[in-house]
Amino acid sequence: MATVETESKKERRTLSLTRWVPWGRIGLPLVIVLMGVFFGAINPNFWTMTNLTNVARQVSILALISVGETFAILSAGIDLSVGSLLAIVSVICAQTMLEYGVAAGILAGILIGAVCGLINGLLIAKARIPPFIATLAMLVGARGAALTLSGGLPIAGLPKSFLTIGAGYILGIPIPAIIAAIVMLIGYFILSRTSFGRSVYAVGGNEEAAMLSGINVARVKILVYLLSGICAGIAGVVLTSRVISGQPTLGEVQELYAIAAVVIGGSKISGGYGGVGKTVLGVLVLGLLNNGLNLIRVSSYVQLIVIGVIIVLAVYVDLLRSRRS
Amino acid sequence: MNGEEAIKPFLEMRGIVKQFPGVLALNRVDFDLRPGEVHVLLGENGAGKSTLIKILSGVHTADEGEILLDGRPVHIRTPHDAKALGISTIFQEFTLVPDMSVAENIFLGRFPSLPGAAGFVDWKRMREESAALLRSLNVEVDPRTPVRQLGVAKQQMVEIAKALSMQARIIVMDEPTAALASAEIEQLFRTIRELKARGVAVIYISHRLEEVRHIGDRATVLRDGEKIGTVPLATTSIDELIRMMVGRELKEKFPKVEVPRGEEILRVEHLSRPGVLHDISFNLFRGEILGIAGLVGAGRTELARAIFGADPISEGRVLVKGQPVQITSPRDAIRHGLALLPEDRKRHGLVLGMTVTGNITITMLDQFTRAGVMDLRKERSLAQQFVERIRIATPSLDREVRYLSGGNQQKVVVAKWVGAQADIFLFDEPTRGIDVGAKVEVYHLMNELVQKGAGVIMISSELPEILGMSDRILVMRAGRICGMFHRSEATPERILDAAISGEPVYACMEA
Repeated sequence: MATVETESKKERRTLSLTRWVPWGRIGLPLVIVLMGVFFGAINPNFWTMTNLTNVARQVSILALISVGETFAILSAGIDLSVGSLLAIVSVICAQTMLEYGVAAGILAGILIGAVCGLINGLLIAKARIPPFIATLAMLVGARGAALTLSGGLPIAGLPKSFLTIGAGYILGIPIPAIIAAIVMLIGYFILSRTSFGRSVYAVGGNEEAAMLSGINVARVKILVYLLSGICAGIAGVVLTSRVISGQPTLGEVQELYAIAAVVIGGSKISGGYGGVGKTVLGVLVLGLLNNGLNLIRVSSYVQLIVIGVIIVLAVYVDLLRSRRS
Repeated sequence: MNGEEAIKPFLEMRGIVKQFPGVLALNRVDFDLRPGEVHVLLGENGAGKSTLIKILSGVHTADEGEILLDGRPVHIRTPHDAKALGISTIFQEFTLVPDMSVAENIFLGRFPSLPGAAGFVDWKRMREESAALLRSLNVEVDPRTPVRQLGVAKQQMVEIAKALSMQARIIVMDEPTAALASAEIEQLFRTIRELKARGVAVIYISHRLEEVRHIGDRATVLRDGEKIGTVPLATTSIDELIRMMVGRELKEKFPKVEVPRGEEILRVEHLSRPGVLHDISFNLFRGEILGIAGLVGAGRTELARAIFGADPISEGRVLVKGQPVQITSPRDAIRHGLALLPEDRKRHGLVLGMTVTGNITITMLDQFTRAGVMDLRKERSLAQQFVERIRIATPSLDREVRYLSGGNQQKVVVAKWVGAQADIFLFDEPTRGIDVGAKVEVYHLMNELVQKGAGVIMISSELPEILGMSDRILVMRAGRICGMFHRSEATPERILDAAISGEPVYACMEA
């Protein structure tokens, strides 16, 4: 009896000691710092400038598509197509570029991303096809289109000037990371400061109430998937530059990592709660994990297991916290 | 008297007490049931009928009191306990699996196994037993039919067959005829008589007094959680039943403020929606609170939603301030100054995970948005203004509304519509689920609205509230308006009479 009592008392004390800590806000940054300390302790190369710029370059594609995914998930939807969109964007971007030059190629790439996103949005908002199904169809269909247009082969011979986007630096910072940072800032601004952003939260939180409050739910949904398509368009162009060719096989399962980044960041998969700030943290967790595990020579097969565990842990910790409060 | 004494009740509920937060739902209620009888439970919305049968069927447990079956006390803690004791309940929402066959539904969770092969279903036996059961109820349904393909009446029969297959001795039916056509009601009554002949007792809940007298043996009337009495139906008139149901003084005080009637602000002409609303015409004036009374399912919520553009209408037109308007979406309605405060705040009125600020300003985003960008400081001051004006009690503007009390949640909904500059307010059950003090505040808010020249439509199932706050009262029944009363001529009896058996009234316009 006595031991049981002291134990429960101890538990109560630790709870009250930690209650004032705003875990929701500092939990994930703390995890990221601990990861850095851990990897750095095992392999000193982790903290070198070269390595960190590497990480920044590596995560930029995931960061870009995760911004769009954040919008989709906040609106209580999902976008499964972003991985395949990278491929169709890459193929169209490269083909157009060979024909009409660099600027046209970049524009065409972003445009095709936007068009595919718009189609997703129309299917979801107007034809009322569930987001999971509509974007699943796009996942399959866009991949097929990329393979068809390219004949299944990479498109090489892109102009040298285009390669700067993927490989260049400004003030020592990789250009892809700069682009990703700009897009994330824009996404953050739209969600937190525009009436459209507010409507995304309302639709995701309670679609019926949003509709009855006069929000144009269909328009909000179309814009959400359009934005996600544009993000995939930008990401596809950057990725094409990095791999120096148009490739129809790019981006496989990237949509799942994007969803993982959003969820690990702490946005609710059921919609209405979260934001780009959280997603940035989720992207960093995945990026540092990948890089750190590589540095300490954990095989890429084992890394997948670790990522699986992390996804479950992140959501479970969130659940525990919300249950307690 | 001797004859009555001879039939011993086999179910007795004694001194049942059930307390919900803020409400005493049942106060020392006694109820008994004899074999082979149809015992009707009567009472207004909120009288305690549902709570009583939910206690009997194990959905709720009583705080006090005992239940005796065959003279022995029994404990019913879960729906499973109730079924094991032979008590089956058929709720208004059926509990059938739509994509499974009739036979599978009847034997759900109790599939018979093939002899000597546990775990393998004996489909043949299941089909044959289902068929026999249905035949004995005079129901023609192939047990292989998916339940989805059956009409409401047949589905109900499947529920009854399921109850019988579980050896039910008591079947509770909650508003069983609410969704049936008259031929189907006859079939149901034949089945009920068949059940009686087998010695099964039926507890029957319905508002339709005519039909209740037709099928029932005795009736127990509840009012405000108290038992008023049990009477034999053969010798009790409908008027007497109504008197037992309503007969009370208006206990609560209503802060009614008489406001001189202004110009006509809303006019609805011949509004129809197939199967739901039939030829509805009425008007509303500035400064007026128009109460809409009626039983659950009379079409009142549907009327509000149709006017607000949330559901389509097939015929009729709406005039706002004398001008005919096309309202095909809530956005149109809001543009014309309408506001809907839905019955189910949590599902339709609020984004629970959003802050107080976010919920208040959701209808007025353009008021502080330039080129798509919100002025967050202006938003905050707007929200602050309404929190003070509507007296919303919240620790902070950033509090998620899910943590507010029901009364304060309702005030948030009022605030967002006042801010949207609405002047035609459709309140659907404005005080449902909020405590007494907060109710009075909601009434004050309505008074303020009409004093400022708005028109208010108040749908309510609480008769005292309807009588206490309305200037005029419309009564709806089966999608039609079946009565219009002025404040001075309205009585509980007249309203309830119109709600239960009123004939359509078309002269609801006032000059």
